[in-house]
Amino acid sequence: MAQAQQSSDFLLRRLHTLAGVIPVGLFLLEHLFTNAMATTPNGAVSYNNAVDTIQHIPLLHFIEFFFIFLPLIYHGVYGLYVAFTSGYNAGQYSWTRNVLFVIQRITGIITFVFIIYHLWTTRFSGKAPTFEMVHQLVSNPAYFWFMIVGVVAATFHFSNGLWSFCVHWGITVGARAQRVTAYVTMIVFIALAGIGVDALIAFTHAA
Amino acid sequence: MSATAVEVAKKTVHLIIERQDNPNSQPYTQEFVVPYVNGMNVIACLMEIQRNPIDKNGKAVAPVTWEMNCLEEICGACMMVINGKPRQACTALVDQLEQPIRLRPARTFPVIRDLVVDRSRMFDALKKVKAWVPIDGTYDLGPGPRMAEKDRQWAYELSRCFTCGACVEACPNVNERTSFVGAFAISQARLFNEHPTGKMHREERLEALMGEGGIHECGNAQNCVEVCPKGIPLTTSIAAMNRQVTYHAMGAWLRK
Repeated sequence: MAQAQQSSDFLLRRLHTLAGVIPVGLFLLEHLFTNAMATTPNGAVSYNNAVDTIQHIPLLHFIEFFFIFLPLIYHGVYGLYVAFTSGYNAGQYSWTRNVLFVIQRITGIITFVFIIYHLWTTRFSGKAPTFEMVHQLVSNPAYFWFMIVGVVAATFHFSNGLWSFCVHWGITVGARAQRVTAYVTMIVFIALAGIGVDALIAFTHAA
Repeated sequence: MSATAVEVAKKTVHLIIERQDNPNSQPYTQEFVVPYVNGMNVIACLMEIQRNPIDKNGKAVAPVTWEMNCLEEICGACMMVINGKPRQACTALVDQLEQPIRLRPARTFPVIRDLVVDRSRMFDALKKVKAWVPIDGTYDLGPGPRMAEKDRQWAYELSRCFTCGACVEACPNVNERTSFVGAFAISQARLFNEHPTGKMHREERLEALMGEGGIHECGNAQNCVEVCPKGIPLTTSIAAMNRQVTYHAMGAWLRK
């Protein structure tokens, strides 16, 4: 019986890292890409067209549930458990990776709270997902800054998570490979955070 | 006595030591001032306190207890937290340390007394991952297969682990909420998985690493590699074993 418990821990942990990158991470990229439509000339129309295309994907609710909600809930809830069982000693050992280890867990918790509120005010608000709806939301400065914090936290968590995913799955083994990947993922973070913030600013301008 | 000798004789070393009388009592700190000796290490300070157990204020106290053995950083026994970092007391030279020198036991392990800790959990972890080459039998098995020189070179690095526990002390994921074995055990599993005879029991070690407190508990904070006194590439070992475990897990699942 103990053996069964043992192997499930390993499997749950690997599924956690996999879920964070494959469905959740890919969805984040797709989401940021759609938002970025708002930054184009005639942004409101481009954004509404992009949203309309997504709305007409066949089996949308099925895809949304099995490829977004389920992995997202799993990654989030199991992630809270991981953050709770981790120890925190960056005060005593302030090496970069240990600090990033702490930030990864903090941004994870911020992102968790952010996503719940974000879904509550958009996907489950009962309002049609249009440029106008988002514009109304981000016109409130408090909401706008909440979104900025959420986008930066989520993109950091994703980018730094890519780094640990590569270690967890034994892709980057050597110290040099891990160092190079760390630089690459921080560039990914800056790029994604920039794209996300840029889109948020675009939404503040009236259509 | 020459002028410099008088100068040296007047120099002292100030130590603040976290002590504990028995496994269940409360810790407390005591301060000591010992005469400076050229080139002395933390062990020499502790020996001086043992010879003359008088605290900073001149009060007689019980001598401080600690563990030591080789005094040349190859046994691992004298690991303690010195100025906030786990390391060997024998190679902690007073000249290179900021004073007052703060000593405390590695509390990730149960404290027996003062700076002496019980590292049994490390040996349990080595048993769990089968960090040995099983060759016992009823007849002579003959010489084992040879190891490639290029592999022997990096495997030698891993074999320098002396189970001091610095990596376990510094790891944020070794705590009361997890049963993580620690970086050293993963690295030792890699060492014996590479050994030509040890390879024959490769799957058993991988299964152990996938078991309770195994490799998945690592959160890649990488403090282990920073504090390892022997400079063992522990994080490379962890990632290498992650790769072996990934292949093993997927292969095992697809073969069933």
